[in-house]
Amino acid sequence: MSTETSIQTSAKPLGRDELAQLVARDIAPGSFVNLGIGQPTLVSNYLTEEQNITLHTENGMLGMGPAAEGEEIDGDLINAGKIPVTELPGASYFHHADSFAIMRGGHLDICVLGAFQVSATGDLANWHTGAPDAIPAVGGAMDLATGAKDVFVMMTLLTRDGTSKLVEACTYPLTGVGCVTRVYTDKAVFLTGPDGVTVRETFGCSFEEIQELVPLALKRAE
Amino acid sequence: MLNFIDTVGEAVAGIQDGSTVMIGGFGNAGQPFELIDALMECGAKDLTVVNNNAGQGDQGLALLIKEGRVRKMICSFPRQSDSWHFDAKFHAGEIELELVPQGNLAERIRAAGAGIGGFFTPTGYGTTLAEGKETRFLDGKWQVFETPIHADVALIKALKADRKGNLVYRKTARNFGPIMAAAAKHTVVQVSEIVPTGSLDPENVVTPGIYVNTVVRVGGLDTEKVA
Repeated sequence: MSTETSIQTSAKPLGRDELAQLVARDIAPGSFVNLGIGQPTLVSNYLTEEQNITLHTENGMLGMGPAAEGEEIDGDLINAGKIPVTELPGASYFHHADSFAIMRGGHLDICVLGAFQVSATGDLANWHTGAPDAIPAVGGAMDLATGAKDVFVMMTLLTRDGTSKLVEACTYPLTGVGCVTRVYTDKAVFLTGPDGVTVRETFGCSFEEIQELVPLALKRAE
Repeated sequence: MLNFIDTVGEAVAGIQDGSTVMIGGFGNAGQPFELIDALMECGAKDLTVVNNNAGQGDQGLALLIKEGRVRKMICSFPRQSDSWHFDAKFHAGEIELELVPQGNLAERIRAAGAGIGGFFTPTGYGTTLAEGKETRFLDGKWQVFETPIHADVALIKALKADRKGNLVYRKTARNFGPIMAAAAKHTVVQVSEIVPTGSLDPENVVTPGIYVNTVVRVGGLDTEKVA
């Protein structure tokens, strides 16, 4: 019994902020990190000064600071979500080709992205629902998925109608192939890779309950 | 040949129907609004426009699209909460869209300016945006062949130019400026300030004047006259 529940680390599923806090804690000190638009942006609220993390924004900056407020707002200083931000001491600016070379060249340690689906082998679908009348818009999603050394996904485990977003094979159009290394969800953290999917820890449920929800064979963390 | 011109209208006067026009900017940062307005005024149509987005709100590129001047958009992120003019044209089948991952867009523009005939990149491999393109297994990963994007004209915004056409930018407004300046046959730059030659530190010049053809000052300071 104890081995079956040993990886449950929270009595309840995690909220968005708790999940962001967990991701922030898992980022190694000194890392260069890109946080995607939406839920991943919350991670920046929980990075500590001691961690000495440098944030990259793909429109052309390293050393991005928190969102700008009041008189700090400057139309020439925005992030990839087009939100006014601030610069920290030691920041640098560069053009778009350099910015994506930073990504594609494997210089970023971690990027954190949202997702519609992640597959058993770490394929990512997060840019397009595939609906015939939807206007496709990709932005930097494919570049981020392909370039960073580690790609962390943050999402709820289930869709609104209760279907697992962790799937055997993505049904939504792909953003990248085999690129996701970790999936942080409200109910569990999964490690993905060529050897399959391992459950690192669960929140408010057991390994068995997670296995019931996810339609692929999961492994226990050792 | 480098020209300093007094009005944005004269700066864009040579743009022909059917031209490919690169427009700098990411969101509003670095977007040369006054040059785009002038392009609208000059009446050029049947344009192919290269920009990260496809216009926002009721200004700049969005108006050019609304007025039916743009035949084709090459961009990475056309759909936004306020991209209603593009959305309408797209759903009406009145505008062509070539959707390019943002880093591939940047690198294809860079390649054009750098004389590169094409390149292999891992970005997009295995996705619908790589369909029909040549792929190779190189350097340990599958990569997709991408070709350069050239342009007849680039319209960009910088902070300052000197009389040699050397440019410096401001913060994240730099974005596509330097690579578009190099990729286009004719580069038009709007700046806030024209400064005397010699007053920009050569170590800090971002776009060397060799890439620049036309400079027009919009608002801002004329420090030459002040001095």
